[in-house]
Amino acid sequence: MKETKTFTTPQLTTLVVLRFLIGWHLLYEGFSKVLIPNWSSFGFFQESKWIFAGFAKFVLAHDNALSVVDFLNTWGLIAIGLGLIFGLFTKMASISGALLLLLYYLNNPPFIGLEYSVPTEGNYLVVSKTLIESVALVVLAVFPTGSIFGLDMFIERYKNLKNNRKE
Amino acid sequence: MAQDKEKEIKPEEKNEPAPKTAIKRRTLIKALAGIPVLGLFTYELAAKKGYDLEKKNRVLKDLGLQNIEAPVILPSSGAKGNLLRIGLIGFGARAVVHANGLGYIHPNDVEKRKKSGTLEDWLAQEDLNVAITGICDVFDLHAENGLATARNPVRAGGAKTPDIPVKRYRTYQEMLDDKNIDAVMIATPDHHHAPISAAASRAGKHVYCEKSIALNEEELNDAYVAVKNSGIVFQLGHQIPQSVIFKQTKDIIKKDILGKITLVETTTNRNSADGAWIRHLDANGNPKPGDEKSIDWPQWLGSTPVVPFSTNRYYNWQKFFAYETGLIGQLFTHEFDAVNQLLRIGIPKAVVSSGGIYYWKDDRDMPDTLHCVFEYPDRDMTLLYSATLANSRSRGRVFMGRDASMELGSFISITADAESIKYKKQIEAGLIDLSGPMVSFNPTSGKIDAVSSATEKYYAERGLTTTTINGSELDVTYLHIKEWIDCIRNGGTPSANMERAFEEGIACLMAHRSYLEHRRIEWDPVNKKIV
Repeated sequence: MKETKTFTTPQLTTLVVLRFLIGWHLLYEGFSKVLIPNWSSFGFFQESKWIFAGFAKFVLAHDNALSVVDFLNTWGLIAIGLGLIFGLFTKMASISGALLLLLYYLNNPPFIGLEYSVPTEGNYLVVSKTLIESVALVVLAVFPTGSIFGLDMFIERYKNLKNNRKE
Repeated sequence: MAQDKEKEIKPEEKNEPAPKTAIKRRTLIKALAGIPVLGLFTYELAAKKGYDLEKKNRVLKDLGLQNIEAPVILPSSGAKGNLLRIGLIGFGARAVVHANGLGYIHPNDVEKRKKSGTLEDWLAQEDLNVAITGICDVFDLHAENGLATARNPVRAGGAKTPDIPVKRYRTYQEMLDDKNIDAVMIATPDHHHAPISAAASRAGKHVYCEKSIALNEEELNDAYVAVKNSGIVFQLGHQIPQSVIFKQTKDIIKKDILGKITLVETTTNRNSADGAWIRHLDANGNPKPGDEKSIDWPQWLGSTPVVPFSTNRYYNWQKFFAYETGLIGQLFTHEFDAVNQLLRIGIPKAVVSSGGIYYWKDDRDMPDTLHCVFEYPDRDMTLLYSATLANSRSRGRVFMGRDASMELGSFISITADAESIKYKKQIEAGLIDLSGPMVSFNPTSGKIDAVSSATEKYYAERGLTTTTINGSELDVTYLHIKEWIDCIRNGGTPSANMERAFEEGIACLMAHRSYLEHRRIEWDPVNKKIV
């Protein structure tokens, strides 16, 4: 409950709106993978360049690894999306989301000299929307709002209660 | 949970001092702020799903394609019928595929299939209840391979290798004279196809013959008459239309999805020495085995002009017009059969061919770049064949109609035409997207393999994919052989029967003569003659 004192209303509002928007986006990314029959990250890994190219190659060569990655990715996105929208385990959801997006970014970084066969929907040099979204999630982890606008409030109360009893 | 919360709120409502455990109503509402957001999300998600489904169903319904299902493969006639005794004439690379289709395999290939992961699929292939009882090959090494294959106890479909001696015949005439052979499969170089097919029919043996059927009109007519008068079951080796995809395509053609088809474009796109039939050296650049001692050269030559033995001629016979009609016989035959099975085009009115040897300038007769135009004025249609052996850019096999184009390969992809009248409404309503296929079928979708993936996903996202087709891993040559054997046992006519073979033979000979004689070749349907 400490945050209440540190945020002004505009600060709190924009942070919560940002949280809802990113949560919505990741949740739909996850659901769309469930809804497309036979969806696979095969194509994504095939495009992988730079430091994760070796990992991508390994995943592509092993059908089992690919299905594990597909499962973790899909349900990870859904869990992170729900966490951000509900404000439940907000810090953990923000940090996992940031790491996942960073992983996407590092698989396809828009660096000079790396050519991709699938065209991007915008124009990027070093910085891409994925990277920005990843950093935005870091911001949400640093300024968590889940215990004000979110189910984290109950968790915090429960923790406080426990501490009070000990005292 | 929600009820508990309400109870906790009550003290505040009564303006009593709240105990420490209670939560203020405002705080509680704030904590649950995610619920309306998720509610809105769920509403949007359901709406989106409904929209996508309706869009897909509407187009499929408009096209009459919503009920397309995978064809059922009937059980083999083998279980009820008698054992069929088969003789293999020629045991080179193609005959190995035939033997595999019959459920036989060479001991060395068992290991190879294990490594490539194709053994399981092959072992699951249904038993056709056949015995390979005869092998005939002019090359000792090939004949030995054939005998080892026929005697191998490892069989597909859990079958037992029949306890019947396997005999090597020195000549095909010797095999045809043997009463203990019911049917023959011919996989020799092409100059033997028609004469052996004719002789086998006259001997009362059922015939499965590899393409191409004949090198000239006389032997084609002779084989036609021999097969027609014998009552045997004849099947030409065009396994491609056995693919699940072709059965779907027949439905698409029947439902007139493409509109009036006026142009069909077929192509060959290869760019390697092997693809240009330079095959007398092994992977290390050494000559492949075989000499005059181990190969019966005069028998190999048959009625063709006598020339000294050479591994070049033995392994690369496709390059020489004495043994084959080049690209037309080797590859266009498959294209013609594919189109003929779907559209029943028959013999063209006229053919014009043009081409030359532009890249592979060795001792070949075969052009490496060739174009043939087949005219069908009665059908308001032209069939085009364009081949190159010096560029591998994939140009596909495309049926072009007034309202849509269909590319037919290992998948079907139908793209609406921007100027289509039939689909004008759907195009304007945004139901049909012109930037990608409006319908695509892929029998292997759902299976992750190197061929599909990125592009397939790209198509799947832009077009409409139905998944009613179960991925069938059956070998098409097996299915083609099965059709032939089922017809032998149960009666009926196989798809690549003698009528189709004759139409194809004439079309190919017309194209070949046009190339040789540099003129437009016509078909005289009254006198049944090429003029």
